[in-house]
Amino acid sequence: MNALLAVLQRDLRLAWRAPGDSLNVVLFFVLTVVLFPLGIGPEIETLQRISVGVIWVMALLACLLALDRLFRDDAEDGSLDLIALSPVALELLVLSKALAHWLISAVPLIVISPLLAIALHMPVEAFPALLGSLLLGTPTLSLIGAIGAALTLGARRAGVLIGLLVLPLYIPVLIFGVAAVDAAAQGLPSQPHLLLLGGLLALFLPVAPVAAAAAIRQAQQ
Amino acid sequence: MADPDQFVAADLACIRGERLVFGKVRFDIASGDALALVGPNGSGKSTLLRLLAGLLPASGGRLAWNGAPVGDEPDAHRARLHYLGHLDAVKPALTPLENLAFHARLRGEIRDAAALKAALDALGIAGLADLPGRFLSQGQRRRAALARLRATRAPLWLLDEPTLGLDADALVRLADLIDSHRSQGGIVIAATHGGLDLGPHTTLELGTARNAGAAA
Repeated sequence: MNALLAVLQRDLRLAWRAPGDSLNVVLFFVLTVVLFPLGIGPEIETLQRISVGVIWVMALLACLLALDRLFRDDAEDGSLDLIALSPVALELLVLSKALAHWLISAVPLIVISPLLAIALHMPVEAFPALLGSLLLGTPTLSLIGAIGAALTLGARRAGVLIGLLVLPLYIPVLIFGVAAVDAAAQGLPSQPHLLLLGGLLALFLPVAPVAAAAAIRQAQQ
Repeated sequence: MADPDQFVAADLACIRGERLVFGKVRFDIASGDALALVGPNGSGKSTLLRLLAGLLPASGGRLAWNGAPVGDEPDAHRARLHYLGHLDAVKPALTPLENLAFHARLRGEIRDAAALKAALDALGIAGLADLPGRFLSQGQRRRAALARLRATRAPLWLLDEPTLGLDADALVRLADLIDSHRSQGGIVIAATHGGLDLGPHTTLELGTARNAGAAA
């Protein structure tokens, strides 16, 4: 438990001391979302129609940005060897790192998403569903991302490769996330979609750390 | 002191990329012993150390700690060793003190700042305890990495050319560290190209022939 907290606290501290990376993620999210009203025009009905999809797709892409360095920094300076040599199972420490990634990259996006929803004229009734779907969906993105980041540890140009590996797996999260918010916007219950998002999280919570840890061990050989 | 430990390798072999890096490596060392791994570049010293740490699987042979195969309880094996590789694993954004504290907690131990500072002091960098790692010179970073050996106890030390970038003063401190570790019943296995004062030790020569010689 202590080792898990140590990894989490260290990653948060590193992000805090070098805030540029996490700020980039938020700025990317905000700027890309804001481009849509500029590109499409100010018609409220069109913006309303696309608001959910735009916010979800851009949040998903923004989550990709910081994935590249999830394990790479530690691999390059030798810290990953130390982490792998901890008596605590590597799977659990990977989970800790995925949690850190979620806190650093995804939580700021969730916090700022209502503002962007307002900018895109999303109906206010849909806001709780938007926050709920992001809260349930983005941890799954971080977990899947950890697999991609671990698999590409030995590769050059890993950033592009991670996207290709991970985006197909992101599709179910995107579909149910958008469906939940759309349902709420039309006055329908969003609960079934949120439950499915929860199901995806429950699926990847045990699977992703095991897969990522195996990939890291492979990379260290 | 507890019962003496024994670390035995029998016919260890490693194949990487269809090339035999080494085969039939054997040694039998016990508490207080030091084993120097020597051999030309590419003879497999680092590979052997990573294999002994459990980071690499052996292609053949056996490795046992006190008679029990190491592979049976990998967690217990990781808990009993300190591995120091070529990379210092000192985060540029963290101070040496924070780096040490992180490593101690990774090993499931909580050391107070005084104990960690004592470890830094043993390497002569107590004054740099609160300076972010990016301001340290290469030798100072190496010292900060070596302080991990002192900060938490582990009976088995695996050192991969620990003298890299160290000055004369640091070499003496490292020798003292190794000496006191061995007098407390610790085992040291170090890859070296000379320059490391291990004290009385056995030598395992790698890469001279296909089959490395056995250490006494």
